[in-house]
Amino acid sequence: MYFLKRLLFLIPLLLAITFLAFALVKIAPGNPFDSERAKASPEIERALKARYHLDEPFLKQYLRYLGLCWEKDAAGRWHWAKGGLIKGDLGLSTKYRNHTVNDIVRQGLPVSLTLGLLAFLFAQGVGIPFGFFTALRRGQWSDYAGSFFAVLAVCIPGFVVAPLLIMFFAIKWRIFPAALWETPWHAILPSIALGLYFAGRISRLMREGMSNVLHEGFITTARAKGCSEMGVVFKHALRIAILPVVSYSGPLLADLLTGSFVVESIFNIPGIGVFMVNSSLNKDHLMTMGLVLLYAVLLLVMNLIVDFSYTLLDRRVKYE
Amino acid sequence: MKFPMNALFAAKRAFHLLAAAGALALAGCVPHEPKADLTIINGAEPQSIDPATISGQPDGRVAGALFEGLTRLDPKTAIPEPGLAERWEISPDGRTYTFHLRSNLVWSTGDPITADDVIWSWRRVVDPFTASEYAGQMFFLRNAEDIATGKIKDLTKLGIHALDDHTLRVDLVAPATFFLDLCAFRTLAILPRQTIEKHGDQWLMARPLPTSGAYTLDFWRIRDKIRVRKNPRYWDAANTQSEIVDFLPIDSQAAAFNLYETGQADIIWDKGLVPNELLDVLRKRRDVHFFDYLGTEFYRYNVTNPPFADVRVRKALALAVDKSRLVEKITKGGEKIASSLTPPATAHYQPPEGLGHDPVLARKLLAEAGYPGGKGFRVIRYLTTNAKTSVQIAVELQEMWKRELGITIEIEQKEWKVYLAEQSSLNYDLSRSSWVGDYNDANTFLDMFMANNGNNRTGWINPRYDALLNQANQLSDVKRRAEILREAEVLLIRDELPIVPLFFRTGVNFFDPEKIEGIYFNLLDEHPIAPIRRKK
Repeated sequence: MYFLKRLLFLIPLLLAITFLAFALVKIAPGNPFDSERAKASPEIERALKARYHLDEPFLKQYLRYLGLCWEKDAAGRWHWAKGGLIKGDLGLSTKYRNHTVNDIVRQGLPVSLTLGLLAFLFAQGVGIPFGFFTALRRGQWSDYAGSFFAVLAVCIPGFVVAPLLIMFFAIKWRIFPAALWETPWHAILPSIALGLYFAGRISRLMREGMSNVLHEGFITTARAKGCSEMGVVFKHALRIAILPVVSYSGPLLADLLTGSFVVESIFNIPGIGVFMVNSSLNKDHLMTMGLVLLYAVLLLVMNLIVDFSYTLLDRRVKYE
Repeated sequence: MKFPMNALFAAKRAFHLLAAAGALALAGCVPHEPKADLTIINGAEPQSIDPATISGQPDGRVAGALFEGLTRLDPKTAIPEPGLAERWEISPDGRTYTFHLRSNLVWSTGDPITADDVIWSWRRVVDPFTASEYAGQMFFLRNAEDIATGKIKDLTKLGIHALDDHTLRVDLVAPATFFLDLCAFRTLAILPRQTIEKHGDQWLMARPLPTSGAYTLDFWRIRDKIRVRKNPRYWDAANTQSEIVDFLPIDSQAAAFNLYETGQADIIWDKGLVPNELLDVLRKRRDVHFFDYLGTEFYRYNVTNPPFADVRVRKALALAVDKSRLVEKITKGGEKIASSLTPPATAHYQPPEGLGHDPVLARKLLAEAGYPGGKGFRVIRYLTTNAKTSVQIAVELQEMWKRELGITIEIEQKEWKVYLAEQSSLNYDLSRSSWVGDYNDANTFLDMFMANNGNNRTGWINPRYDALLNQANQLSDVKRRAEILREAEVLLIRDELPIVPLFFRTGVNFFDPEKIEGIYFNLLDEHPIAPIRRKK
């Protein structure tokens, strides 16, 4: 019931997000049709604006974007305007005139999803065991060494890691390709470049979580009952200790799945991360809108899933 | 012992699940394709490859492989030669062209290309509804301008008519001596009417896609790859050298260079794709080719505001600039410094000598204008894009003006679209600018400073300049015309100075001449794809 309510609440929330985003992209300075060469006639500029309905009042443009615009056709009959969000139509790109926003998202999203998922798996697969074992060896040299690497991973940004990986693995040793997105081989360096920072973060979170939990009363109880040490850490400690990682993972996954500007640029990967930034520089309004909306939906859904998974992992958590 | 084993199994299972998910994700991302015969790093993702609406060079290279005009450019010299038209006659007054199409012309789908296709394609360009950025290229045709500005609604009034299925008559408003060059320009290419009428702006995604040029479009994956394949029905297919050609849309310098260096691409042809810092080192390599083309870097004055309403001030700032420092310290591509707007290599034209470097005279002029030693001169805003080279140039100019004239410049870096908007609305004092010629004629540079030209963007209006250009463009005598154009340019760069030329651009191509052949250097930086191939 609680989750159903939250699911319903998403609708007004998304509506508010679309309105704010739409207002913001319209307020930003610059015109999508400004170019180095002036238009041959003002008529052409007018035609361009009319084609993308930029000549209409703000509210009408917004309603049209949502697909709630009621207008007269050439013959004077009233009818619903074509397209719109409610029909799943994200509109036209003003920058890439031969493509619709749907078309660009359809091409780029699977790539970003794949890369994001791989980076996510890398981050979890490296970060969780790393944090887990450094916590168990707290205060020993392996803890210090592990923690040092985790902090290092957090401190070095992607735009440094990626070129370093390319320099050694692609240029010097020629093990992996330097860029592009073709074979599974092409995915390895970018996944590491994208995931390394998060592996560090997750490792830190996991270590903290584990260290705290090992001092809890129920762990002492479990030990007192005669559980083996393995049983204590895996069966009792792990599922509570992992909670901070779980709540971090929701937004992280939403973030990773919608692409990364830096890694996609450096490896020239055809995802949507680059469009996330460039569309607003290009004043490609509906492209920006589409991506903001996509990100918002993913973020909200991921948070919902995180909250839901809490009830499974920690029996003390209950939602009314 | 029961619990831990279970837990271990669970952990193992989870790990397998993760690995399986990873493998699945990897397998999902890979389409299987044959390798291309030629891979070209082409610069930014094309905004469009519809010839009527393109504006950028990367867009044009792809569009040029797919669609052809009545003429095409010779790959060596960039001089127009017969394309879809096999011959033509020009009336003695230079205002009427009669084109004869080749008799065996077909689209890549096998349907015939007729005179009606040409007429429809050209009408589409001037139709305001098409919103073609380059519709101005058509304005030499009778009634083209009136149609583009909406004064004439009837597209059939455009100065092109069919005499029969294979013969066209084109009526010009003036004897444009470079009209055959224009016919090879992308905007005037011949396009498939049925497909465009059926699919609108997304027509390039339609299959089958009829093309009139040497290649057909295999696929276009945005920011990934554009693959074209030889059109066996092209009239000159016998001379198309490579079967499959890939264009990689790459705008990151590092990615472009790394791919080229690791042998995953054959050609880079965009100077923007190579960091200036590397040029000194790369210059010595045999696969790096520098060449001149018709492009000029300059800055604009906003002449509507003091102090730049005063021509003495404009001259003072120009004379204080040591242009050689800009090309030696910053651009490093062997650029030649410019005193004229029109590059000296422009056909049938010798540009006049403009102002040089003379700080003493500069200070004198500034003092005469009432600002001795820069006293009383307000802080000036220099508008530029945030491109690295442009900012470096701005900083260098700022330093020169401070040192020589004692005046202070504030650099305003704007992102591209905002920069353009500010420049158009004259919301600046000085503005970084550049221009690349669309065809090999002085007019492509000079006409932008006519009073009603949207590219003027300086507020400078000079009736004599306009009159000279109009007079020149009515002449078919090439020599006399050049003299008048030259007189106009003297006004622009020596007497009135709404702009100051800085240097002429250099292009850089990367390809190994031992492995690749069929690329030639010419002033328009035009390299048709058909003759290019990997050596066997």
